[in-house]
Amino acid sequence: MNNQISITSYILLRNNQIILDGKVIFENKELTAFDFLQAAYDHFQINYPKFFKMDSLCKTGFIVNEILLRDKKLSEEFQPEEIGIIFSNANSSLDSDIRYEASIANTPSPALFVYTLPNVLIGELCIRHRIKGETACFVFDIFDATFQSDYVNLLFETEKVKTCVSGWADYYNGKAETFFYLAETGKENSLTHNSSNVNKIFQGI
Amino acid sequence: MTPVYVAADNITSPLGNSTKENFEKVKNDLSAIRKITDTSLSSEPFYASMFANDFFEELESDFTCFEKICIASIADALSGASIKLSSSDTLFILSTTKGNIELIEGREVNEEIRKRISLFDTAKIIAGHFGAENKPLVVSNACISGVLSVIIAKRMLEAGKYKHAVITGADVLSRFIISGFQSLNAMSKNPCKPFDKTRDGINLGECAATIVLTTDKSLSKNILVNGGASSNDANHISGPSRTGLELSFAVKSAMHESKVDAQDLSFISAHGTATLFNDEIEAKAFSNASLSQIPLHSLKGHFGHTLGAAGVLESIFTYQSLLEGIVLPSKNFETLGVSENVFVNRELSRGDKNHALKTASGFGGCNAAIIYSHT
Repeated sequence: MNNQISITSYILLRNNQIILDGKVIFENKELTAFDFLQAAYDHFQINYPKFFKMDSLCKTGFIVNEILLRDKKLSEEFQPEEIGIIFSNANSSLDSDIRYEASIANTPSPALFVYTLPNVLIGELCIRHRIKGETACFVFDIFDATFQSDYVNLLFETEKVKTCVSGWADYYNGKAETFFYLAETGKENSLTHNSSNVNKIFQGI
Repeated sequence: MTPVYVAADNITSPLGNSTKENFEKVKNDLSAIRKITDTSLSSEPFYASMFANDFFEELESDFTCFEKICIASIADALSGASIKLSSSDTLFILSTTKGNIELIEGREVNEEIRKRISLFDTAKIIAGHFGAENKPLVVSNACISGVLSVIIAKRMLEAGKYKHAVITGADVLSRFIISGFQSLNAMSKNPCKPFDKTRDGINLGECAATIVLTTDKSLSKNILVNGGASSNDANHISGPSRTGLELSFAVKSAMHESKVDAQDLSFISAHGTATLFNDEIEAKAFSNASLSQIPLHSLKGHFGHTLGAAGVLESIFTYQSLLEGIVLPSKNFETLGVSENVFVNRELSRGDKNHALKTASGFGGCNAAIIYSHT
């Protein structure tokens, strides 16, 4: 049994491009970030009506996770509580905070208020993929590859997860940026999960 | 793995400015919850635990209300400890749901405001006041933020990444937060009654609470931070699980890691928000984990739901009760109002066991559980 923790797949959404394992799989430079998310939903023929209720941060994270996990058989390989999601961002839920704040003067909107917490993105991903294990949401100024990879490795080493979705999802002021990867053990010929490799793939190198 | 201990703490709440003051007042059955009539916060009166307006004026200037209570809490917690935030061995964690969110009320969010309310910058401002050397860690994970922060700090210390950690959980109330819970019809029209038949919702509360952890046993106040775990319901973003199974996963995982059985537990400090659903599902989770016979209480009847502070505040009460060998009653509880026959504690009693369980659940379907042990 190979216990090395590896990055088995990774995906970036940045500047209206979606890049899976280093290859551009969808782009449309003409659209706003908001419309780009809808275009990606259509392009990848995703059918999940809850998508339309989500705020932009959740949509930003949801789309890339759909693509990252669609050919994986996590639910066949693992129990729901063995799968984790660890994510961080810079702007918390500020995009939805501003929208909710604007609703207060008339009628405060409960549908907007529930999205004023960044970890609701984790909740949406857990519902979609039946993930019930360790989760956590952190806020940084910029993506911290060292903390991200250290903490995920700790979860593996202490046997809290057997596989983990890890990364970054930020949406604010019409700018979307997502980076997620899948960390697994026992996979030959894949990238070692450490800060240097996580940073390289985040930078798109 | 290196064991992790509690070295010091503070609670800054409307009930008092130290752990001791808060603990004594709760033992004497006092509550900070009162009727608030303030049209700048809500057109309707509501029940909550809030600092008096002049409280913030007495604290140092140049900081927001949120930052002031965090700084006051950290300063008191560190006053008796040899641990310093300015040391490269010390990690600072800020646990909060909304931080300085009140700064966006009624104004356009430009780059300056964005930066001022960014949770990371807020944490840097607070840590900077104490000359912190390391980059702060911000945990914003709804109502489990506090318990999760302690679990995360414990994992980082066990792994040898740091020797000490200062964890501050805080939230202050603003029109933003109050109107949101009102819009969800989640607010009680009276002081909240966790686990009671007539419970009808939450009271919100303001608080900053700080726990200082260390791997140096000589600095320990005889409390070990034992096993901890989190889980997700994968059911609904703003409602709990149907079965409570997922919270019981976290509880069982924390107990397994701690090598603690049900009969070793002195009591459970539940989340107990007093909403119909939360308390019902929590009772199911405790029953699933075979903990129906363990006395439990919620502290929400004393402090309300203090959001990002709750897990830190209630953790301090959990281990302080172990140190004093007592089990606190669940304030405002009269008649059991959940379908499982759980043991809601009615009177302050002696606790003769060395371990206690603290749980939390929150929006986004998240749950967390941690065990504290008297060494």
